Amino acid sequence: MSFLPKPKVAHPGLPLNALGLNRRDYEGVMSTLCAGCGHDSVTAAIVQACFELELPPHNVVKFSGIGCSSKTTAYFVAGAHGFNAVHGRMPSIASGAHAANRHLHSIGVSGDGDSLSIGLGQLAHVIRRNPRMLYLIENNGVYGLTKGQFSASADVGTRSRRGDVNEQRPLDPVLLALALGAPFVARGFSGDREQLVPLLKAGLSSGGFALIDVLSPCVTFNDHEGSTKSYAYVREHREAPVALDYIAPRRAIEASYAAGEVLPVTLHDGSRVLLRKLEPDYDPTDRTRAAAFVQERALANEYVTGLIYMEPERRDFHTRHNTADAALNALPFARLCPGAGKLAEILREFR
Amino acid sequence: MPGSSAAPARVNDFTIRFANVNGSGSASANSLILKAICRMGVPVVGKNFFPSNIQGLPAWYEIRVTRAGWRARGASVDLLVAMNAETYARDLADVAPGGWLVYDSSWPQELLHSRADVQALGVPLAELCTEHFEGGRTRTLMKNVMYAGVLAALVDLDPAVLRGLLDESFARQQRLRDTNVRALETGYQWARAHWSCPLPLRVERMEATRGQVLIDGNTAAALGCLYAGATVGAWYPITPSTSLMDAFRGFCAQYRVDPATGRHDYVILQAEDELAAIGIVIGAAWNGARAFTPTSGPGISLMQEFLGLAYYAEVPAVIFDVQRVGPSTGMPTRTQQCDLLACAWASHGDTRHVLLFPDSPAECFTMAVQAFDLAERLQTPVFVLSDLDIGMNDWLTPELTWDDGYRPDRGKLLSAEQVAALTTKFHRYLDPDGDGIPYRTLPGVSPKAAYFTRGSGHNRLGAYTEDSAEYQDVMDRLARKFRTAATLVPPALSDGQGASLGLVSFGSCDAPVREALAELRAGGLAIDYLRVRAFPFGTEVEEFLAAHAALFVVEQNRDAQLRSLLTLATAVDKRRLFSILHYDGLPMRARCIVDGVRAVLAEGVQA
Repeated sequence: MSFLPKPKVAHPGLPLNALGLNRRDYEGVMSTLCAGCGHDSVTAAIVQACFELELPPHNVVKFSGIGCSSKTTAYFVAGAHGFNAVHGRMPSIASGAHAANRHLHSIGVSGDGDSLSIGLGQLAHVIRRNPRMLYLIENNGVYGLTKGQFSASADVGTRSRRGDVNEQRPLDPVLLALALGAPFVARGFSGDREQLVPLLKAGLSSGGFALIDVLSPCVTFNDHEGSTKSYAYVREHREAPVALDYIAPRRAIEASYAAGEVLPVTLHDGSRVLLRKLEPDYDPTDRTRAAAFVQERALANEYVTGLIYMEPERRDFHTRHNTADAALNALPFARLCPGAGKLAEILREFR
Repeated sequence: MPGSSAAPARVNDFTIRFANVNGSGSASANSLILKAICRMGVPVVGKNFFPSNIQGLPAWYEIRVTRAGWRARGASVDLLVAMNAETYARDLADVAPGGWLVYDSSWPQELLHSRADVQALGVPLAELCTEHFEGGRTRTLMKNVMYAGVLAALVDLDPAVLRGLLDESFARQQRLRDTNVRALETGYQWARAHWSCPLPLRVERMEATRGQVLIDGNTAAALGCLYAGATVGAWYPITPSTSLMDAFRGFCAQYRVDPATGRHDYVILQAEDELAAIGIVIGAAWNGARAFTPTSGPGISLMQEFLGLAYYAEVPAVIFDVQRVGPSTGMPTRTQQCDLLACAWASHGDTRHVLLFPDSPAECFTMAVQAFDLAERLQTPVFVLSDLDIGMNDWLTPELTWDDGYRPDRGKLLSAEQVAALTTKFHRYLDPDGDGIPYRTLPGVSPKAAYFTRGSGHNRLGAYTEDSAEYQDVMDRLARKFRTAATLVPPALSDGQGASLGLVSFGSCDAPVREALAELRAGGLAIDYLRVRAFPFGTEVEEFLAAHAALFVVEQNRDAQLRSLLTLATAVDKRRLFSILHYDGLPMRARCIVDGVRAVLAEGVQA
């Protein structure tokens, strides 16, 4: 069996976006993950976000590493090129592709094994490079394909299905991203699409590296009692200091908010996000305090979710490199090659 | 007095060695002398032997003056400039009988006068510098220029040529120029006042370097990248490849910046390691940019997994491996040809890679361009296997030329128009032309062009598979593609008239091999020569091997890697292949080959 053919029948009444595409046009091939896998819900949220953002499918590029999460790039936006790289090293592939063409919408999907163990170095450095890219870590605390070993995000005291207890401290990708200077940091939950979709849209529009850690339970190896990454546990132990509403470019703000309650932020592509404070003292533009808040809540066994930090002004990869506006892969050869006359000039120095 | 030596005059045929302290500023003085000889029309070879160190350890530089135009290291040291007290003993020991040694006699050095067959010439450089210059740093630096002046008198270099070079170097720094000229003149005049100059070793003007430049392979390769239209370079700093990216950066700053906007038509990324460097190259090339990474052996080791991905997923990539001494960290500043096998079969599983073997900076330039064409034509990684000797030494090279009619070979890359004209869905790994090479598309062109790239099992449609037949189908096509590669790579070059003895070599061995062959042939030996320029081997390699009863394989590694490659990839009987190996980390000399061939023949090998 190579893959499951997916019936492609769209209901004629499905709404269309400005490109004349319906939601199903943003789907990919049939998922081969376990029934009930959190990753499939994330995939559905990505489909919805891309549909609502009206992205031309071929202007999306999908990157992933190795693992259950990394398989999912085949399950959304079939009209986009995808690159399933080697384990933990998708960030470098995505960086190179972004160098070659700055105009594509990059979506990277990784997991906690892929990004926090084997690929921790590449994750750290892609954050430092700050390419315009949405980077998801579908975080379930275990290795699924190799049958349930702890990953580096497993909390201390977590019990595996086999009964082992993890005693090593976890790596929190949110804290890591904050420490390394990521300009957009959020945490979602695969079981809360209402929160996740606006985060994905804001991340895709943010103009820099947007990291979203998505708690995405593994129904087969890590959804039992004693796990801190199970559906039940995450539902019970999360809080969002900020609610994010995404407003498309040129769209009017419809809801009414009391003054001082909402912080509007204009994103790279002209869209806006409205940040509503749920926690009165929380400031999503203060990196240090955001990190402190996440750590404090972690001590109280709470996951901070939603938008955690945002810095719209960071210089992105191409701004820093002062790259031409045109994609490098489309520059005419005549512009790249100095020609025979110049070669003779260059060689004068070597006589 | 030196001039009164009974030694026969050796005009334009001798070797000078400079024994220096690393980081003392001697490199510019040595290069000044090299260039001056070249400008006097006399062929030269410059070899730098430097330590893996920033400052303090011994470093040597050799200049071979060779009217015959040989390109290899000189056979012996005829004149030694001993500027490093720490190495006096071994430097003195290295001078050929009848040779000369110049040293700083500001302090007495009995040791240097201890060989009856070597004439030691003391010049009080430190004292002269103290007398003529102010400041410690200036005095140290000017000592170098001053010994250049001394040497100019000893071997009869034209002072006007030296002054001309200083004028060019310091065109915008008049005071610095004057200081340098003063140091040069002081050394020159002192030598002429105290000794009878020149020595029997001397340089006489020729016309043999017209139309040639002195350039190192890394700079030439960087020029090749510039001219081939490379727009993305990713790397992790590693000796001896660093200067390749430095040169590329310099050329880009000059020729790839929009004068109106200051915007760059390139991106250079210093990655966190070689794994990321090759990942960036693969990502960029997958997305249609010409991308490359310069590295050396340890980097190749780290890139293995990604190289397998690029092979199997069929993504172009250009890798410059400027080889250095292995294994492990080895000797980073010494030369070897030790990565052939590591590159030819890089990565796990059934993989094979295209390798190009430049013999000189000139071929670093042309092969850099070919590497990008081949990588895109074949949709696979292409390695340019240079080495430290080629990459970091200045070689006298016929002036590089460029054909303005050149257009990059993008291979089977479908344009937006071609995609639009497709009547069926695009599939990535079909082989409609029967050469094993599929068609590819770029992101952002059309939803019709989309495909999924993966290192996991895939079928000819590009879909994931665990089906045996589908997997094998793709693997067999990749083998077919590799056979096509053998017809596209630069062919091996042969030289000979059908002797029954043959010699096979490659890369930087070519220089000593040619010199050795001249000597062997002059001695009456009939022997043919084949210089392999790429892997996979073309039919001409098979034919050459078949046509010779006994073959010498000359290479710079311990384990006879080229010989292994020949026995694995051709039908040759390995008992007919005799290895001549050189792997001490210094560039090979012709003597090693002449002796090696004669030793094998002396054992009664039937040719």
